[in-house]
Order: sequence, then structure tokens, then C-alpha cells
Amino acid sequence: MAGGIARTDRLRAIALLSPAYLWLTVAVFLPLSAMAFFSIITDVPFGDTEWHVTGENYTAFLESPTYARLLLKSVLLGVKVTALCVLIGFPCAWVLAKMIKGRAREALFLMVILPFWSNSLVRIFSWAIVLRGNGVLDKTLSAIWPWPVKLNLLFTESAIVIGLVHSYLPYVILTAYLALQAIDDSLIEAARSLGAKWWTILWRIVLPLSAPGLIAGAVLVFVPVVGSFMEPRILGGRLGTYYGTVIEDQFVAVFNWPLGAALSFILLAVVLAILALASPVLRKART
Amino acid sequence: MSEVRVEGLSKHYGAARALDDVTLTFPDGGFFGLLGPSGSGKTTLLRAIAGFVEPTAGGVFIGDRPVVDVPVEAREIGMVFQNYALFPNMSVADNVAFGLRVRGTARGEIDKRVGDALELVQLGPLGARRPHELSGGQRQRVAMARAIVTRPRVLLLDEPLSALDKALRVDMQIELKRIQREVGITTIFVTHDQEEALTLSDRIGILKGGRLIREGRPQEVYSDPGDVFTARFLGEANVIEGTGSGDWLDLPGARVARPEGATTIAVRPEHLSVTVDRPDGPNALQARLRQRIFAGAMGTCVLDWNGQMLKAVARHEEFSDLPESGPVWVSWAPRHARGLKAD
Repeated sequence: MAGGIARTDRLRAIALLSPAYLWLTVAVFLPLSAMAFFSIITDVPFGDTEWHVTGENYTAFLESPTYARLLLKSVLLGVKVTALCVLIGFPCAWVLAKMIKGRAREALFLMVILPFWSNSLVRIFSWAIVLRGNGVLDKTLSAIWPWPVKLNLLFTESAIVIGLVHSYLPYVILTAYLALQAIDDSLIEAARSLGAKWWTILWRIVLPLSAPGLIAGAVLVFVPVVGSFMEPRILGGRLGTYYGTVIEDQFVAVFNWPLGAALSFILLAVVLAILALASPVLRKART
Repeated sequence: MSEVRVEGLSKHYGAARALDDVTLTFPDGGFFGLLGPSGSGKTTLLRAIAGFVEPTAGGVFIGDRPVVDVPVEAREIGMVFQNYALFPNMSVADNVAFGLRVRGTARGEIDKRVGDALELVQLGPLGARRPHELSGGQRQRVAMARAIVTRPRVLLLDEPLSALDKALRVDMQIELKRIQREVGITTIFVTHDQEEALTLSDRIGILKGGRLIREGRPQEVYSDPGDVFTARFLGEANVIEGTGSGDWLDLPGARVARPEGATTIAVRPEHLSVTVDRPDGPNALQARLRQRIFAGAMGTCVLDWNGQMLKAVARHEEFSDLPESGPVWVSWAPRHARGLKAD
């Protein structure tokens, strides 16, 4: 009898889990395997092209210093954008979680999530219109500023950072909001009753308790930003050559899928290594 | 240690009056219980003294210092919250040390005072634990230690025992009283549990609808509640209404002695006698015995007098001659009847 129950339980577990595993297989495992395979061959095996297994795609990264330099540039961009997202997102999340209640909070939430609902390409082109010389920002500032201004941010690194921060800020706001929401107001009241000023409360109570959420948000921003290519290309113009754009070129322009796949895997490895190196520091922040 | 005073204190939320012109003195070194049903304003009053609620009108004084414009962190208060509000990211010792570190107390001094405070609440060896590793009673003690270690001028307790189970609550009541006596700090606590208020307090204040309706020593207020609400809220009371003439209160089918001028009287259940035969003296009502309830040492008789329920409480043996139900006489000594103002 007991065996029978265990058997039906196992069957039920398999039945319930199978959609998830199917999804993982189709959406993660198969594409990754295909990429891993592409990264170790000489040419894409479409039609009657000749191909054989090689490690050249990976050694190419080491042979030219350009790739490493671009990767470093992308990682620094990731650090910059993540830091800005945290600096802007955390106070926003604090206001949403602790200072605003009811309908106003819903309305603000909608505004936070709104960027998710618009097409990212449209969003980036809108920024291009806003940031270019003689564009929306330039004209507005000229109209309200008493002295003449000449502001042309388009095709600068600032434009790329602005576009990326705008795209990824909601991740930080939402994760930090959830973390702050979980902090009981009475903890803050208790700290105040013990004589703590707001910065002590922030440093000793609020930041340690919300660190897990903040870190999750930072990782959610950092990883895609390091590999980003659309924002650098459109908002960065001639300056917009990053590691992500090089990978994109291999796939859509040069049609060198094997090199693109190998560069992608190197990026994946570097990002994982950075997160692993940072994890002791991050874990310490949590306790 | 200081006397705490509120004068004409009001807090309005729109048209709702959470506090309505409350004037009250909390004596230096005393244990003051604020009692009332939910929504009576007792918590608002406590939070106004702490500084979390900004009053609409009136003043709060700690010692002789007016503190309405002083922020919470500068009021030198100690507070124990209903859920204890221990910092989950810190050890017990760090929780207790928090208020001292904030004040920039020297390290050696902090260690000594934290040790003393944990000793006082009998948690000496648990300093390295995290709050989530403690039982409810232990957390309560940590919260107490954290609140008194900074030597505040007043200790505020917001329903401090309501999160504990019944048996532990009685232990902690004794413990709380001991700690308060040892430290000698002016203590104000809020509760909806009348028994707790009577056990712990030197003085109690009863609030209803934002107004202070009675204040005094617990024995005083219990034995002479003054109005129907207080009589019913603090302990149980048999409230009897009639029409007055001279020294007498006329009731349907009976006439009883009345305190001067009262048309409503209260008699505590422990002052009612229940007999089969008509007792001598005037204060007797004929009633039906509905039920006898045995509860260990004490017994309760539930009686029906003209459709109104009366209760009598006595040591169980005193009711042993009574039938299970049927007609009986209920009587009381005239001195035990208290006149009440109607609500």
C-alpha cells in the first residue's frame, strides 16, 4: 500500500514538474547547447559549408587586445549603471514603501513599471530625440535658462548611461521596494526611541535588512547591462562600440556565429567570476 | 526618573477624535496602567507621550520639560513595543547596546551596562544569541533590557504581554513588576486586559472614546467605579436600575437601599448572596437560578431576575446547599451597593 502511494506521489510530482523541465530544456538548455556547439566549430553548419571542431574562436579573444579592452569597458559601464540605479532606485523604493499609502502609491507604481510596457527600441529612439543637440532637452533648457546653453548629449557615454539607467531602474526599485516593505515600521520607531538619528537607522537597520533585495536588484541590472548592445549602438554612435555590440556584429553583420558564440561564453564566464568574487562581500553585507 | 504630565491633550484625525482633552499626571516612579477598549485612545496617548503622534492641541511634559516640539530621538524615553521590535540583524547584546552606541558611550561602559541589564532581566548568558533564537518571554526580556539600559526618564510599554500565552503572561507580570521596582522608573503601560492592569499598576486610567473617564488607585476604581462603563469594564458588575424615592430604590416587586441619590447601582458578583429561603433585611430580590458553574475553588451562579442576568461568585462550598436550578433569593449588604452615573 505504502509503495503504491509513494508511486502515485512520484508520478504526480513528475507530471507537475514536467512543464517546468520542458520549459527549461527548450528555453535554456537547447539554445545554450547549440551556442556551446557553435563556439567550438569553424563555420556554421548550414547548407554544404565545410566545418570542423576548433578552439580558435576562444584563442581569438586572447590574440587581439581589443576584445579584452571592450570587455573591461562593458564591465565598467555595468558598474556605473548599476551604481546609478541603486542610488536612484533605493530612495524611490523608500518613498514608495514607507512614505506613501493608498492610491498615490498605485499611481506611482504604474509610472515605475511603465517603461516595461513600451518597446525598448522606441524607448531608446525617444531618448535620442530628447538628448541630441537642438533636441527636446536642449530646447527646454535654453528656454528656462537665462544664459545660452548648448547641450548635445547624443553619441556620448552619458547618453548610453541615461538610456540604460532608464531601462533597468524598475528592477532595482521593485526588488528594493519588496525588501523595504518587509521591514516592520516598529523597528524604525524602536531605533528612534533609543535615540538614533535617521542616518544611523539607515546604516545600522534599514540597509542591512534590505541588502538581499538590493543585491538581487543590482545583479538583475549588472548582468544584462554588461552584455547590452542596443543602447550603446543607438545612443553611443561612433563611441558605442562595446563588448555586446561586437557579439551582435558577429551574429548579424559578419555572420561569424562561432566567434560570437565563443565571445558570449567568455562574457558569461567573466560575469559569473565577478559575481563569485563579490559574493563574500555581499554575504557579509547581508548579516 | 521624572513625573510625566499631559495637559489638555487632543489628537483629531479629521472629524474623529482619537484623544479628546486629556489631562493626566503620571507620578514619578509609579507604574501607571492605561486601560480601555480598542479605539479608546490609549495607544494614541502613549504614542503622543513617546513623540510618534503629534498632538492637535495640548502639552506633554517629561519632568518639567515641555516635549511636544522635541523629536522622539531626543525625548529620553524607553519603549517596549507590542511585537518587541528587536533588530533581527543584531545579537541580543547588540540590541541592548544599540541605544548606548548611538549616544557614543565608551566601550567599557557599554559592556558593563549591557551585562548589568541582561543580568537584571535574567538573560545573562544569552547575549550572543539572535532574536529569532529566543522564546517569546525571552524576547520580551530583551526588549525590556534594551529600553531601560539607556536610563530613560520614562518607560513606555505598548501592550507588552499581549503576544505571550496565558501562563507565561502571569510569570512576566511578576517579572515586569520586579524589574520596574528595582529600576524605580516612571512606567506607563497600555493594556486592554483589565486583570493585567489591576495586577501591575499603582494607578490606572480608564479611557473611552478618547476621553479619560476615571483615574485612581486600582482598589479605589474597582470598589467605586462611578459609572456604568467603568463598572462593567473593570471586573464584572451587576448593574441594577430603578426609580428612587428617599433612601430607597424601587425595583419591580422589591425595594432596596440606595446610595445617596442614585437610580442605578452596581453590586460586584462576590458581594451577592444566594439563598433558598428569604433572608432578613430589605435588600433581597426573588430570582431564578439558571445555572451553577463549578470552576475549581470558586463557583458562579447565573441568575435570572425579571429577565435580567445577574451573577454571583463565591467559594464553591457556599453554593453547595442550592438546587441545580429553581427559585432563590439574591441579597447583598447595603454597603456593597455603589451608585453609578448613567452612561
